[in-house]
Amino acid sequence: MNQAMTRDQLLRRGAAGLTVLSLPSLLAACGGGGGGGGTSSKPNDVLNFANWPYYIDTPATLKKAGIDRPTTLKQFEAKTGIKVNYYVEINDNPGYFAKVEGRLSQGDGIGRDIIVSTDNDKFLGEYIANKWVQKLDKSLIPNIKNLIPAQQHPPFDPNRDYSLPWASGMDGIAWNEKVSDPVTSVKQLLEDPKLKGRVGVWNTMGDTLGLVLLENGDDPAKVTDASFNRALARIKKAVDSGQILKFYGNDYAPVLAKGDLAATMAWSGDIANLADPHLHWVVPDQGGIIWTDNMIIPLGGSVPTASTYMNFMYGPEISAQWALGANYISSVTGVKQAAENLDPKAASNTLTFPTSQTLSQMHQNDPAMLTSKKYEKEWLAVQGQ
Amino acid sequence: MLWLAIFFLVPMGFLGYQSLQSGDFPHFHFTWEFSNYWNVLHSNHDGGYREQYIRSFVYAGIATAACLVLAYPLVYWIAFRAGPWRNLFLLFIVAPFFVTYLVRTLAWLNILANEGPVVRILRDVHVLGPNGRLLATTFAVVSGITYNFFPFMALPIYVSLEQIDARLLEAAKDLYASPTRAFFRVTLPLSAPGIVAGTLLTFIPAAGDFINAYFLGTPNQQMIGNVIQAKFLQSLDYPTAAALSFILMGTIMVMLLVYARIVGTEKLTG
Repeated sequence: MNQAMTRDQLLRRGAAGLTVLSLPSLLAACGGGGGGGGTSSKPNDVLNFANWPYYIDTPATLKKAGIDRPTTLKQFEAKTGIKVNYYVEINDNPGYFAKVEGRLSQGDGIGRDIIVSTDNDKFLGEYIANKWVQKLDKSLIPNIKNLIPAQQHPPFDPNRDYSLPWASGMDGIAWNEKVSDPVTSVKQLLEDPKLKGRVGVWNTMGDTLGLVLLENGDDPAKVTDASFNRALARIKKAVDSGQILKFYGNDYAPVLAKGDLAATMAWSGDIANLADPHLHWVVPDQGGIIWTDNMIIPLGGSVPTASTYMNFMYGPEISAQWALGANYISSVTGVKQAAENLDPKAASNTLTFPTSQTLSQMHQNDPAMLTSKKYEKEWLAVQGQ
Repeated sequence: MLWLAIFFLVPMGFLGYQSLQSGDFPHFHFTWEFSNYWNVLHSNHDGGYREQYIRSFVYAGIATAACLVLAYPLVYWIAFRAGPWRNLFLLFIVAPFFVTYLVRTLAWLNILANEGPVVRILRDVHVLGPNGRLLATTFAVVSGITYNFFPFMALPIYVSLEQIDARLLEAAKDLYASPTRAFFRVTLPLSAPGIVAGTLLTFIPAAGDFINAYFLGTPNQQMIGNVIQAKFLQSLDYPTAAALSFILMGTIMVMLLVYARIVGTEKLTG
């Protein structure tokens, strides 16, 4: 039973407890990542690279693609002697932003030399506008000349001073043939009564409304109040009628594979990676959205080390191997020819190497729509938030 | 008092300070912005979040009642009838907590899946229509909350029941009380502190929950926790998120005072 503690004992024990509890956070604050970072002009021995999952070639995926070479990371380490600490710690843009904004807003580093953020969400623009990123050292990136023309002058970084593409992906529609007939248009997705209650869309405004804007015949790269309202009304109607089951993040793919979703808006790479023969992905009839995840160098990261890595990844042969292993789209010129040399069969995968006809159906989001507070509030309201 | 100051007053003070700021991320300024509070109390149609507040309290209330109804018989049995096995059964109650909250909730996605056994059985016996589903419904969200907070209700009631002196029940029997009467006149009142503690420990965190609505619900099931999360992480609108949190806390505190007045504060301390 209780023994009464004297006040003195309580104070002493409380102070001891507080000290013990605060030790881990003090240690973490002092730690700050696995070495590296800093202000020297030569590359370090270590590169700290934070990235999304399933975004790099691994021994398993290379084996499946029939490529008998070490991974691109290992080849980089062998060529430059720089060890890579690869952190798969980014799962969504807002979550990672929240994790790092505290330190970056104080001007502190986060223990990473490269992080990756998406261009069709507002956070990439926030990093750059708040000056939480460092300029690339282009003298160490001669391969920047291999950047495809379509990616050379994006609105958030017109001279490519701060960022380079890591991977691109396409927004489209996927369906599970076990529970549904082919679904090829956003109109069908949002209005076909046979799909009621088994349709998924994304919780990100650029992706979902981008596709609906295209279905409405509007331009997702130049959004007006009228076109935004039209697109939003269409989604709201589908929510109210019970057509849309849920607004998903990364997590729609297993639900689709299980059959709880009949059809959903989906990213090309996810379907390629699942390699489930019952799942099919198409570009919607009225067009799709293409987005790009970009590498940026946060404050406190080592610019020479990061730039050296970026230059390595922009060689066509290395990029081709990466694309075949990661199943996402590279922004390097000549990557498809290089891929054909590595594995002709895998190089014919149009999800990873889209034809120019597919690319011509792709559109990009309007950054003004992504950063508008009014639009964001209305978008969240449709989701009940 | 030092504890209270460090772990409660300082964070609350900072939250209150932040709730009266205005501006765009990351440049917020303190401007006595009481409109942050006023704006969020309107209905959804007018740009506020009143429906989510009401829904959160309704869901938390239903889940608390469900937890009570489910937990009480279980822990009664464990306290009085389980004998040497009681620790094992207590372990069963607590065991899901060895798995993280997120994963526990995700497990329900599999349990309530359309192709899973639960839905299939319910469709076969025509409780659900042929295309009926359990996921993405109010039922799924409230069930998830009930499941996740069940130990918070069960364990305090168990502690209360275990402390009941068996001789009191013997005395009741000697005084010609039937078992039912003995329960209502002796056991139940003596377990009241546990019930009060359990309902508080369940209702208060459940009202602010967002994980269950996020994974198991549609836009029509979103709770105030989801709104706060979206305001904080997606909109980067920290002042509004802080104001929403303060209103939630304030409302719960008022409910708590009313509750304490009704049950009498002696019951809280036993």
